[in-house]
Amino acid sequence: MAAALFPTVRRSLGKVRWYLEGMMGADAYRRYVAHHAATHPGCAAMSERQFWKDKYDWEERNPQGRCC
Amino acid sequence: MNEQPSTPAQELPPNAVDPDVAQAEDRRWTPGKIVLWAAISLLGAVAWSVLAISRGETINAIWFVFAAVCTYLVFYRFYAKYIENKIARPDDSRATPAEYNSNGRDFMPTDRRVLFGHHFAAIAGAGPLVGPVLAAQMGYLPGTIWIIVGVVFAGAVQDYLVLFFSMRRGGRSLGQMAREELGLIGGTAALIATLAIMIIIVAILALVVVNALGESAWGVYSVALTIPIALFMGCYLRFIRPGKVLEVSIIGFVLLLFAIISGRWVAESDLGSALFHLDRPVIAWSIIVYGFIAAILPVWLLLAPRDYLSTFMKIGVIGLLAVAIIIVRPTISVPAFSEYAGRADGPVVAGSLFPFLFVTIACGALSGFHALIASGTTPKMVEKEKQTRFLGYGGMLMESFVAIMALVAAISIDRGVYFAMNSAAASTGGTVESAVAFVNSLGLTGVHLTPNMLTDLAANVGEESIVSRTGGAPTLAVGIAHIMHQWFGGTAMMGFWYHFAIMFEALFILTAVDAGTRVARFMLQDTIGNFIPKFKDTSWRPGAWLCTAIMVAGWGYILILGVTDPLGGINTFFPLFGIANQLLAAIALAVVLAIVAKRGNFRYLWIVAVPLAFTAVITIWASWQKIFSPVAKVGYWAQHNSFKEALAQGKESFGTAQNVEAMEAVVRNTGVQGTLSIVFVVLSIIVIVAAIVATIRAYRAPGSAADTEDPRVESRIYAPSGIISSPAEKELQARWDEVPAEHRAALGGGH
Repeated sequence: MAAALFPTVRRSLGKVRWYLEGMMGADAYRRYVAHHAATHPGCAAMSERQFWKDKYDWEERNPQGRCC
Repeated sequence: MNEQPSTPAQELPPNAVDPDVAQAEDRRWTPGKIVLWAAISLLGAVAWSVLAISRGETINAIWFVFAAVCTYLVFYRFYAKYIENKIARPDDSRATPAEYNSNGRDFMPTDRRVLFGHHFAAIAGAGPLVGPVLAAQMGYLPGTIWIIVGVVFAGAVQDYLVLFFSMRRGGRSLGQMAREELGLIGGTAALIATLAIMIIIVAILALVVVNALGESAWGVYSVALTIPIALFMGCYLRFIRPGKVLEVSIIGFVLLLFAIISGRWVAESDLGSALFHLDRPVIAWSIIVYGFIAAILPVWLLLAPRDYLSTFMKIGVIGLLAVAIIIVRPTISVPAFSEYAGRADGPVVAGSLFPFLFVTIACGALSGFHALIASGTTPKMVEKEKQTRFLGYGGMLMESFVAIMALVAAISIDRGVYFAMNSAAASTGGTVESAVAFVNSLGLTGVHLTPNMLTDLAANVGEESIVSRTGGAPTLAVGIAHIMHQWFGGTAMMGFWYHFAIMFEALFILTAVDAGTRVARFMLQDTIGNFIPKFKDTSWRPGAWLCTAIMVAGWGYILILGVTDPLGGINTFFPLFGIANQLLAAIALAVVLAIVAKRGNFRYLWIVAVPLAFTAVITIWASWQKIFSPVAKVGYWAQHNSFKEALAQGKESFGTAQNVEAMEAVVRNTGVQGTLSIVFVVLSIIVIVAAIVATIRAYRAPGSAADTEDPRVESRIYAPSGIISSPAEKELQARWDEVPAEHRAALGGGH
């Protein structure tokens, strides 16, 4: 019973995680890598550390409003 | 064309469900569908009848949930679909900016469900939580009707169409669209109005925080602790584990819970209460200093981590509250229409129901600020044109539901307590005895306030006093604590829930203050840059700091005026917030009106024109009253002149102002408020007139208007439109799932 339930629970937890990560922008690096691989094949992508540094620098120059 | 026999594009399945098939699916009414929609409509009708007609002693809160949700569902399915067919007319075979401009950064096709959450987190803030609380003084029905009817006919329509038209224009901002559609004068007025409105909104939000934290050692301590927590999170993400956003948010959330729980120990200790028990002006100055520093610190250090925390809390608390209301089902004894529904002298916010109800509740029914998010951020991430109905219209329905929950929380507490908390200190006198005497003297039916009710509740939520805790946030926190403790933890947990709610609102607001200051600073730099080009360089430190300081001074000045206002601050300033927000909505709808007219679509122009006319009338009328009303409680200038006269006559005290200094403060504050009212309304009228002129011009010479849409690009991706896929959508999705990843279109690459 428990063994049968386990994959289902794991799958739903995985879905929750996927959703939360997407909503909070935690998947940005993964998506950047996919985008980079598709548009610039053969050319090295930024490292994760470098990517986030770059992303926050970009946000610094392009502030996004938050609502009331 | 080239002669390659087959490119990957030719092997791809269709990029959209055949419009005829989609149309047929919409129009095919199976028995199951008929039963479902009949049941939803019936339940909604019953719920509305209970709310509107039942005149029993109490009413169960669950009817608010049913009335709201059923109305949302019906209007989302039928009215939003009608708008889609008649006004927006999306074309899924057309690539969205996220597809043709994809850059792996801000332009990125994003799963519609994820983007829905993202968009909702960006539009929902403290606004829908505060307005309904203040409007509850008129009884539950006016607020409920306006929140629900307003959202389906106005708020959601605005969000949806601004999102759609911005998406068709590469994600251009509202200001840029105004400039293009309305010309130089209309565009400039819209830009100045946006900037002024942002300042007032940040100021009033900050005022809400100050009122929630004033004289509350527990609140000050736990909210202050969010700063080191955010700094820690920022450093963790920067230096220790870059990119582990979810992980650090969970750590931050646990630390946040600790900050709330330990607040009680701090507040109960002598040292803690000596350190953190602060007067409102001190807190106001702290927020001003904080606002400046936060806006010039690097994004990664403070803003980004706090934004993660705020999003995390937002989803958690809103979800929790929805579940709690359904489980606890609080009974409500507030009348449908209170004594103040028909009068203009309500102690919470002055003014008659029409028009002041409609400006007191701005966010939740119709919020112009959303137009700034719906143009700019979200449209650059939409995968498919047809998803805009779900994102724009649906996202706003969700915010409206938050407003309904806030209303339910506010009216679930005792009415006497409600008025003691929300009347200005000038009226209640600030002490328990005087507040009890004041509330009982209002002559409200069913209200018998006793001193014990106030002192017990204050002790339960861990506050020294709850008298005149104006601004909406403390009332909402008491309401949330009142509902949550019945579900979880009993009276012993009320203090935790109260401060949990305060924390949650403070987090939103501090993020809005910081982000608002940054956005405003860029707008100001851009404007000054037209005259002094050096200012256009946003990385030039002196320029950035100077413009940040100007913006902080702008909202800081209004904040200080509000905090020291002898008439109660929030009670006199909140109408300005609502009017500003609704005028921004009028500007957004005016831009949409001009666009629809230029498309030559006059037959269905009413879909935009009706909400525009309504919001224009109520806000211009509300502004008119604020400017010209001879009743001192309502009109800023009437108040201004009466105090000026009293001063001229050498009086030492007047009305609620106890000394000459307070009288001078009233004269100054009402002068500022009156001037701002005039500025807002004049700018908005210019924009509306410009839109009407553009509309008439388009009517007289059809087809003469320049097409401002981006050129059509054929889409090479596919995704369903809404949360539930239709059979045709599922079938097409299955075909796309079979396409190997390497055959799918490489997105963007134009750099």
